[in-house]
This record gives sequence, structure tokens and C-alpha cells, in this order.
Amino acid sequence: MSHPPPFQRFLDAQADDVLRFLIASVGSHDADDAFQETFLSALRAYPRLRPDSELRGWVLTIAHRKALDVHRARARRAIPVAEPERSPGAAHQAGTGTGTGNIEGDHWERVRALPARQRAVLTLRYAGDLTYAEIATVLGSNEDAARRAAADGLKTLRMELPNVTAPA
Amino acid sequence: MSLHPPDPAPGHAATLAAQTAARAAEQGLADVVYATVDSPLGRLVTVATPRGLARIAYELPNGGLDTILDQIAARLSPRIVEAPKRLDDVHRELDEYFAGRRETFDVALDWSLVSGPFGRRVLAQTARIPFGATRSYREIAELAGSPNGFRAAGNALGANPIPIIVPCHRVLASGGGLGGYTGGLDVKRWLLRREDRSAVD
Repeated sequence: MSHPPPFQRFLDAQADDVLRFLIASVGSHDADDAFQETFLSALRAYPRLRPDSELRGWVLTIAHRKALDVHRARARRAIPVAEPERSPGAAHQAGTGTGTGNIEGDHWERVRALPARQRAVLTLRYAGDLTYAEIATVLGSNEDAARRAAADGLKTLRMELPNVTAPA
Repeated sequence: MSLHPPDPAPGHAATLAAQTAARAAEQGLADVVYATVDSPLGRLVTVATPRGLARIAYELPNGGLDTILDQIAARLSPRIVEAPKRLDDVHRELDEYFAGRRETFDVALDWSLVSGPFGRRVLAQTARIPFGATRSYREIAELAGSPNGFRAAGNALGANPIPIIVPCHRVLASGGGLGGYTGGLDVKRWLLRREDRSAVD
């Protein structure tokens, strides 16, 4: 096919993956806005898309940039402010975790606190389900560097959460 | 415990996708909007550009929604989103027509899916056939400036992108036969009966 598919079909096909990636990368609260910004940007660029473009990698590249914007905005807002206050029970709850949802949510919260590159690689790999080769393309990097960033990130996570494992 | 993808609430991605599509239409980022609507003649796909209604397709006889949208993407633009609100006026007028409460349509039309100057003249003449009247293919060809072009007129009518509103069902074979129709002859008969021309059976 010499044309990209009708945009609505592309949107419907990629919506689930993009939302999962964004929830992992910026959290549920900011994911909705980032989702809309991602697809509106994709629509603006859509006619210039090469017909042979790999659409999933392309839209996750845009989503990754929107996620970076969210993190940068947070960093700017956070400058004069200390760590958000936590209720005394929160740390304990996160540690023992009675519900699976809490435990998983906590994992991604820790990932979000990692250095930008490690966070990007882990969210693209384990929430976006991209290969390391695809991640290297998204980040304008190479596969080895992406693997190293993932390994470094996982190492930090394992120190914080001794039971954490990642699917190969 | 492992690094599993987050699990959004069921249906949340679809809701966000619909909101995004509506916003894209509002902001003028989409070149084409479409909707699907049920009718007494089966499901219809309606398609509009900023200029007006460009297409009404009988969904099943035209190969289904995907095929219809692929053709629009190739002919007009791939920047297509589903935006039912933008087609509310069209759907309201169609409902009124099907219910027998409307004889003429007021929505703006976009003729860009019509091929060639002759095709445009044929459909422009067809659009002027009043509710309840009929013409022959030969008459329409004459009105379009090509008395011998009734076959070409038939082709242009068969390719009418906006049936019902551009009433190609009002064009019949010279001998009084039904001729052809994009939605099938049963649909053509239904429309002619709705307009009280039940003599053609």
C-alpha cells in the first residue's frame, strides 16, 4: 500500500500500547493528556509519513518525547519544592503491598524516579514492548547502549525492591 | 513480581481515542471526518471535509468500512478521524427523509470525489431532479450536454459518491426499467416508493 492507513485505524490500533507506555512513563494522572498530545502530533505529521514507516515505533517515539516534556515540566515545578509529603503509612504499605495492583504501580513509580535514559529504556522495553534495536532508534542511540541502560536501571530497582524480576 | 506493563482500566484507551479524534476534528487537524449511522437501508458511512458532505456509502454493498475509508484515504487524504458530531446535521436530514418528513436536503456538498467534468455535470443535473420525479439516462446525458453519452452518464451515476442526497435513484432506463444502483436494486425500489413512484416494480 502506497498510502498510510486512514488515521482513525492507526489510532485505534496503537491506542492500547501508547496508553500503557505513557502510564508507565508519566503515571496515570498525566497519561491522558500526554496520550492526546501524542496522537495530535502524530496527526499533524501524518501526511509526511513515509509509506514504509513502522507505525508502532514511530508513534512510541512521539509518545516518548511527550513523556520527556512531562518530566521536564515536573522538574521545573519541583525546583523550589521538597519531596512531596507522604502519609506515615504510605511507605509501609508500598513495602508490604496487600494488592497486586499496588505492587505493580509501585514498580513503575520507582522506574519513573530513575535517570531519564534508564527510565526511557525500561518503559519502552517493558511497557512499550519494543526490542532494544527499536529502542535505539527511538533514542537515536545504539542497541548496546540501550541494553546497558536497561541493566543499570534494573540493578537499581533490584536494590530497592529485592524481588523485582523482568521478563527477558 | 515482575516489570509487567501497566493495565489501564478496560475501555479507557478507546475513550481517550474517541476524545482525541473529536479534538482533532474541532482543531481542524483532520482533513476528513466520518461516522456510521443505521438507516432503513442498512448501515451508512457518511464522510465530510471542511467543504461539506463528500460521501454517503451503503456500507455492505461497498465492501465494508475499511474498504470505504481506504478509498477515501487514497483519493482525498489519510488524515481521517471518526467524528460523529460533525455529521449530526447530515444524519438529522437523512432521518427526516427516511421518516417521510423531508423532500430536499440543505447540507453543503463537497464534490471532490466526482471524477471528470462530464461526471460533475451529470451529477449536478441529477441533483436538480425534484423529489417524486424521474429522468432517463438519456435525458440526463442530454442535460449534461452530451446527448449520445448515456452510457458514460450511467457510469457517472454508478460512481455517484453521495447517493440519496444526489438522487441518482431518480434516474431510470429509457424503457421504464430500473437501470442500476450503487446500493442494489431493492434499495432503489425502496427509495422510489418512499417518493411515491411505486409504478416501477
